[in-house]
Amino acid sequence: MATMRPRAIRTVPWRLLGQIAVVIFCLLFLAIPFVEMVKAMIADPQLLARQLLIGVTNGAYIALIALGYTLVYGIVELINFAHGDLYMLGAFFSLSLIGTFSLTTDTPWSIRAPILIVVLIATMAFTAGVNMLVDRWAYRRLRGIGSRMASLISAIGISFVFQNLGLLWGYLRFPFMHGVMGSNAVAPKSFPALLPSVNLFAGTGVRFGAKDLIVVGVSVVLLIGLYLFVSKTRLGKAMRATAQDRDAAALMGIDVNRTISLAFVLGGALAGASGMLVGLYNGTAVFDMGFTAGLRSFTAAVLGGIGNIVGAMLGGLLIGIISALSDQYISTKWTNAVVFGILVIILVFRPTGLLGDDTVQKA
Amino acid sequence: MKRASLLIVLVMLASMMAACGSLAAVGGGTTIKIVSSLPRTGSSKGQSDSIVNAIKQRLEEAQYKACDGKITLSYEDMDDATAAAGKWDAAQEASNANKAAGDADVMVYLGTFNSGAAKISIPILNQAGLVMISPANTYPGLTKPGKGEADEPAKYYPNGTHNYARVVPADDLQGAAAARWAQSLGAKSVYVLDDTELYGKGVADVFDATAKELGLDVKAHDGIDGKASDYRALAAKIVAAAPDMVYYGGITQNNAGQLLKDIRAEGFTGKFMGPDGIYESAFVEAAGADAEGVYATFGGVPADKLEGAAAKWYADYKAKYNAEPEVYAVYGYEAANVAVNAINTVCKKDRAAILGAVMGTKDFKGILGTWSFDANGDTSLTAMSGAQVKGGKFEFVQPIK
Repeated sequence: MATMRPRAIRTVPWRLLGQIAVVIFCLLFLAIPFVEMVKAMIADPQLLARQLLIGVTNGAYIALIALGYTLVYGIVELINFAHGDLYMLGAFFSLSLIGTFSLTTDTPWSIRAPILIVVLIATMAFTAGVNMLVDRWAYRRLRGIGSRMASLISAIGISFVFQNLGLLWGYLRFPFMHGVMGSNAVAPKSFPALLPSVNLFAGTGVRFGAKDLIVVGVSVVLLIGLYLFVSKTRLGKAMRATAQDRDAAALMGIDVNRTISLAFVLGGALAGASGMLVGLYNGTAVFDMGFTAGLRSFTAAVLGGIGNIVGAMLGGLLIGIISALSDQYISTKWTNAVVFGILVIILVFRPTGLLGDDTVQKA
Repeated sequence: MKRASLLIVLVMLASMMAACGSLAAVGGGTTIKIVSSLPRTGSSKGQSDSIVNAIKQRLEEAQYKACDGKITLSYEDMDDATAAAGKWDAAQEASNANKAAGDADVMVYLGTFNSGAAKISIPILNQAGLVMISPANTYPGLTKPGKGEADEPAKYYPNGTHNYARVVPADDLQGAAAARWAQSLGAKSVYVLDDTELYGKGVADVFDATAKELGLDVKAHDGIDGKASDYRALAAKIVAAAPDMVYYGGITQNNAGQLLKDIRAEGFTGKFMGPDGIYESAFVEAAGADAEGVYATFGGVPADKLEGAAAKWYADYKAKYNAEPEVYAVYGYEAANVAVNAINTVCKKDRAAILGAVMGTKDFKGILGTWSFDANGDTSLTAMSGAQVKGGKFEFVQPIK
């Protein structure tokens, strides 16, 4: 009897029932507003185009942050909750350097562009180093004990440490930083508008600035670069092997700890790059910006299928576009509900995310 | 974990400060304690610094004595903000209120700065029969029936008597004044935004309603997520609606700088106005160059435009602290002034008597003029001013009728 009961419960098709419930809910409550939305979209195609472009650019930077989550998860199956806060530290570090080089909107391009690239590289090196050290000092010690929960909880702890570092960073008053931190430590910091905002589609009634293109461009380049690195190089092969079976990879002569370190270095560099890019693009940085950005990006990674690089990009784009359309056609205060509602609906039908692969989940 | 240890450090610091505070009160017979609860951490610190300075200024003028020296006054400066939040924190405000309620020496609670925080402490202090005087809360529903939610303000006063008064005019005046000013600045259509907090939504709702009465075209009224990374899509929506002015009801700490930057980046060239929640240097810094030309309204008149007793106060403050007082400093002084006056009147250490004296303040000759508290605890003063960012800082433009 005791062995029969669980079997009997399992025969109830919960997943199917859930899916049917979601479909009925959507038909009942969302059909009429949806028709209204489509009518509004058709009425002003230029506005729709602008909102879609905003969705794509916002999606590109969400994806850039999401790549860091997905990369580390793909290798060590650790949801690195500190990633969002590392991204914030990247923004603060780059802002400090921008202040140090006293870059302003008046700096000529011949000087501004190379310095920005130097700042980008320095920021990526800084966050990569921080992430590697955190892995060495915190996560590596916990990796052997067989509980993934320990690493997860310590990642949350690291996230608080980073957030408080960001808070303290606001108090830095070195004269060589030229006052970029403002007069108030916890207030949002203002980035100078260093990226060109020329409208590339001038005259069409649709706005798509040069800086939007830069954000999309950098994200796509980093995505392709990362994809090629993981799928084509020896180190990438080692990473995939480590992801599949750590013990077998070690038996084949792969230095597992070094490979995992590499994943943290890459993830950290991505956090730094996105921190600087988003700082310049949005124009402000604040010590708790990592939380919201991290939550959105983590959602994007889960939506696309965590562990899958293309999935992170797809998830980021979807969230960006859905948020923009919801801001325009529903209301900004409903946007979070809409985004997470859609996440729930997608996970009901595809529990591993849009491009997630069942075999990747080893649990 | 980090938060917990931070809290312990804060509590230790607070108790050390409390110890210093009570040292100042040694000597004399009866001791009455006045406490204030203001955001002493975070970007409102500039404002709260100058309020605390003004409170101390008033107490020092009394030489920490009341009732012809029979009563010794002591003062404790409590913080209702946490570093982790960067602004006022509900749990911290509740703990301050409980601490004050539980301390038998505390007879007056000065504060809070944020209306949302007052919502938490008023009921706690109400049950303890402790009077609360705010130098800065402007949300109408805290005192006025019919101006907020249906159950306001009764729900804040569980024991039935009003124990809360404020020396600043409320937002039903500010929001309406802002709408009239918007019209006189030539705006025909407005797009109203709020940060969905008690204060921000309150003032935006009044602005919205008054603007409609004045015949302005209110294009839409949206609430924003104060923690969002950007507001680009909302900005595009605003630009498509093409209003003459965007009105933002809210505080700087809910991302007002980012909001303005995104609206400007989308090509909006119209006016941007906000309430006293953005009337501070932190907003100008966060918005950078885009802050130029932004309008803000606030209750009262700026310190350097004050006349009579207030002008003397302004000169004394500058001489004493060697700094310009922020806009709420004068109200900090007036709140302490009312408190000291009430203690002098009743001349005994009795919460109920002091509460009665404060709430019954009539024709009080304060530094803001001669004024009274009405039955709800609102001041009879209604002066409003308008300011604009010029050359990287807010400058007084005109009084608003």
